[in-house]
Amino acid sequence: MIISAGIIRNFFNNFDIIKYPLIVGILLSITASILGVVLVLKRYSMIGDGLSHVSFGVYAVAIGLGMNVSIIVVIPLVVLAAYILLRIGESKKMKSDAAIGVFSSSALAIGYIVASVRHGGFTTDINSLMFGSIVFANKSDFIVMLITAIIVIGTFILLYHRIFAVTFDESFAKATGDHTRLFNVLFASLTAITIVIGMRIMGTLLISSIIIFPALSSMQVFRKFRNVIFSSAIISVVSFLVSFFVFTDLPFGASVVLVNLIIFIIYLTIGKLTNHYAKQ
Amino acid sequence: MILECKSLAIGYENRTVLKDINLTIDNGDYVCLFGDNGSGKSTLVKTLLGLIPKLKGDIIFSKNISQRSIGYLPQRNDSLSDFPASVFEVVRSGCLNRIGLRPFFSKRERKRVEDMMEILEIKNLEYRSFSELSGGQQQRVLLARALCATDKILVLDEPFTGLDGIAAKKLYETLDKINKELKVTLIIVSHFVEDLLKYANKVIHLSQECLFCGNPEEYKQHMRKEFILSRHQFLEVGDDHDN
Repeated sequence: MIISAGIIRNFFNNFDIIKYPLIVGILLSITASILGVVLVLKRYSMIGDGLSHVSFGVYAVAIGLGMNVSIIVVIPLVVLAAYILLRIGESKKMKSDAAIGVFSSSALAIGYIVASVRHGGFTTDINSLMFGSIVFANKSDFIVMLITAIIVIGTFILLYHRIFAVTFDESFAKATGDHTRLFNVLFASLTAITIVIGMRIMGTLLISSIIIFPALSSMQVFRKFRNVIFSSAIISVVSFLVSFFVFTDLPFGASVVLVNLIIFIIYLTIGKLTNHYAKQ
Repeated sequence: MILECKSLAIGYENRTVLKDINLTIDNGDYVCLFGDNGSGKSTLVKTLLGLIPKLKGDIIFSKNISQRSIGYLPQRNDSLSDFPASVFEVVRSGCLNRIGLRPFFSKRERKRVEDMMEILEIKNLEYRSFSELSGGQQQRVLLARALCATDKILVLDEPFTGLDGIAAKKLYETLDKINKELKVTLIIVSHFVEDLLKYANKVIHLSQECLFCGNPEEYKQHMRKEFILSRHQFLEVGDDHDN
């Protein structure tokens, strides 16, 4: 089910229906995109993808067992998965991209098997987990998302210089006394929470796009860490609002990705042109 | 004495790379640290910096410094090639160990950043993007960052790798200036032994078993003896293909 064009057109009359999806969406866009800057620069882009599959697995198992699972249960499990992925990335025995691959497919497989034993295949529930639906956002999502957004934005303001140092050069930051392990755990946890809420709106398969795209687009044009963060947040909110208010008849998650792709192409062109003229 | 290792054993979790390391580094020393592939140079550096835990023994610092106040120039890292950061931002990140629990930098740190950029002659690059710079320029920016973190002791891991002749020569001169004028103790990991011996006043040679620690003259004599014993090893010392 998608929010129909009629509801959006009567924006003020139907504010009660769309207020949670709208606010959760805006907060999610900001949070995911600024966390995304750090994840993309630290070469952890695909961690979002891996974690969304893990949350899919948890939800699907719950649906298969006929349980009504709340995000309060899913979040700790996904945070744990994030922590394990991070530790594997730190050790030299297994490459983190391989580890993410193993996690993603295993979680997807387990979830799908449990769900299909009970329901015999893809149900509407499973389908909407895969591709998301904006109407999923409810009051408890709103509260968790609001707290997460406050923590993330607060962290970025108060620890801006430390985040820069750890992202730019982890071993130097560690050598001069930053608690890099603590940072990584904090970022993994915040990413995990953001993804658990975001994947029900954006869908398992599309959630990592709102982490990666805004950061990547911004990096084509901006050359300062702070500007990249601001630009990512703005791109992310704009693409959410465009999808929410303009492409009301299209599947929500997919249209956010499409708007992001268009913005990326525009930024890529601008970046190439400015580089070209700067050299002349 | 600024730094002393007593029967130090280093390595990773269950694998000892080197043991029984005894060495003393004095204030103002210019130390050249080298050895064959896998001899434990980088492991020793990482242990001194506290990036990996020591296995046994002691690392003793003089009273006025701590492990956190060592400046560090890591090995070249190509993943920084697309990082959005201005030169000023990068150098400033070296001041983080000076601000304690404060969230922001003060004027004192800004002044330090500018002084260090002056010393390394990168003031004109202040607003440039770090990723656009040449290898030699990036190395000077990272050196300025390391100097922001310390005024006592600086550890450099393979600083000359990937630099052309002119850039490397300029870096040798700058390092000499930092050592002589700013009185910063230098520990340089390198395989360009010949060039460094002109500047260094102490040589540490790591090998699977043996460990040499002495001044360059002693080292040359030591190597002559080794040369008679094993011509093969001498050739390896001069090997330019460390990585």
